[in-house]
Amino acid sequence: MDNHKQTADGGIIVAKLDDLLNWARLSSMWPVSFGIACCAIEMMGAMAATYDLDRYGVFPRASPRQADVIIIAGTVTFKMADRIKLLYEQMPEPKYVISMGSCSNCGGPYWQHGYHVVKGVDKIIPVDVYVQGCPPRPEALIGAFLELQKKISLEKNNINKTLKKNATTS
Amino acid sequence: MHIKGNLSKFERMEEGSQITEFGKVFIYLVVGTLLVLLTLLLGKLLSPKKPTAAKQSTYECGEVSQGSSWIQFNSRFYVIALVFLLFDVEMVFIFPWTTVFGSSELIAADGRWGWYTLVEMFIFIGILIVGLVYVWKKGDLEWIKPSPKIPALQTTIPQKIYEASNKKNYQVRPFGAIPTQTAEPSKVQENTAPKPAFKPKFITKGS
Repeated sequence: MDNHKQTADGGIIVAKLDDLLNWARLSSMWPVSFGIACCAIEMMGAMAATYDLDRYGVFPRASPRQADVIIIAGTVTFKMADRIKLLYEQMPEPKYVISMGSCSNCGGPYWQHGYHVVKGVDKIIPVDVYVQGCPPRPEALIGAFLELQKKISLEKNNINKTLKKNATTS
Repeated sequence: MHIKGNLSKFERMEEGSQITEFGKVFIYLVVGTLLVLLTLLLGKLLSPKKPTAAKQSTYECGEVSQGSSWIQFNSRFYVIALVFLLFDVEMVFIFPWTTVFGSSELIAADGRWGWYTLVEMFIFIGILIVGLVYVWKKGDLEWIKPSPKIPALQTTIPQKIYEASNKKNYQVRPFGAIPTQTAEPSKVQENTAPKPAFKPKFITKGS
């Protein structure tokens, strides 16, 4: 449907509830403000004035309760893995994971001799988008968010089931 | 005078409205409350809920919370914070005063301006110092120190050995003045063995 038909000359947009929900979700992906290693510096750069991730609605939140995305920006040590898992568990649905940089993708430079590094964060939590680089440039992180937007826009929410469940429980 | 005839359409409509100014505030409050409630209701209906034990647990930056938060804080911080606040606010008053005190225009207008503001500020600080003296006299500035029971160790080693050890002065060697021992050239062996170089190996599964 083209825009002219959608607005129906009256300033009203007709959309499926599924598309509307997906649109709302992809326009406000709030990441947990959480960085582990040097990739976090690039993440901060991407969020700061020069690259300004805020124009995509990406705005860091200080609590996983308000967050939709967790960016694993850095080396995932075994000590940190438990915390990452708990933080991921504490995020409300729907939740997405961006694995940023070689370390969290596969262990990176620590893949052989790093006795302390988890060889990829996907061993503990499911990852949606991998960003390559050591560290990736801010453009790459922005690219990851764009990819995630594509992924969310195609999601099937099964909204009838959710509505029925919420109506019965509340 | 025909003022009513000159009223615009909008003003005439206003004149006939039944809602008072407070009524408009009331409508504002009601609509505001309804909008918030509607948003909450929408969230309740549309959001997927999958509660788990880990998700319901207290968020403490990824740590597992330990113990109860119902613990006692020492009340001495309260009084100190109050007194601090008092003198902090005093600074807030002094900073704008300095700009007026040093204003060359006002001093040029009347030579007594500087003395006047200075005396005024001293009166202000004087009143506050009376407050400080009062707090001091009441003993509110005294820090309640804990009196821990230091356990005494039962040993056969006499105390003076420890004291001597504490008082002992160690001589510090001058930095960089270590004499180098040069070995005889005949005894120096050429290290011909190759250096262990870092070689990454790809480990195949099962090996």
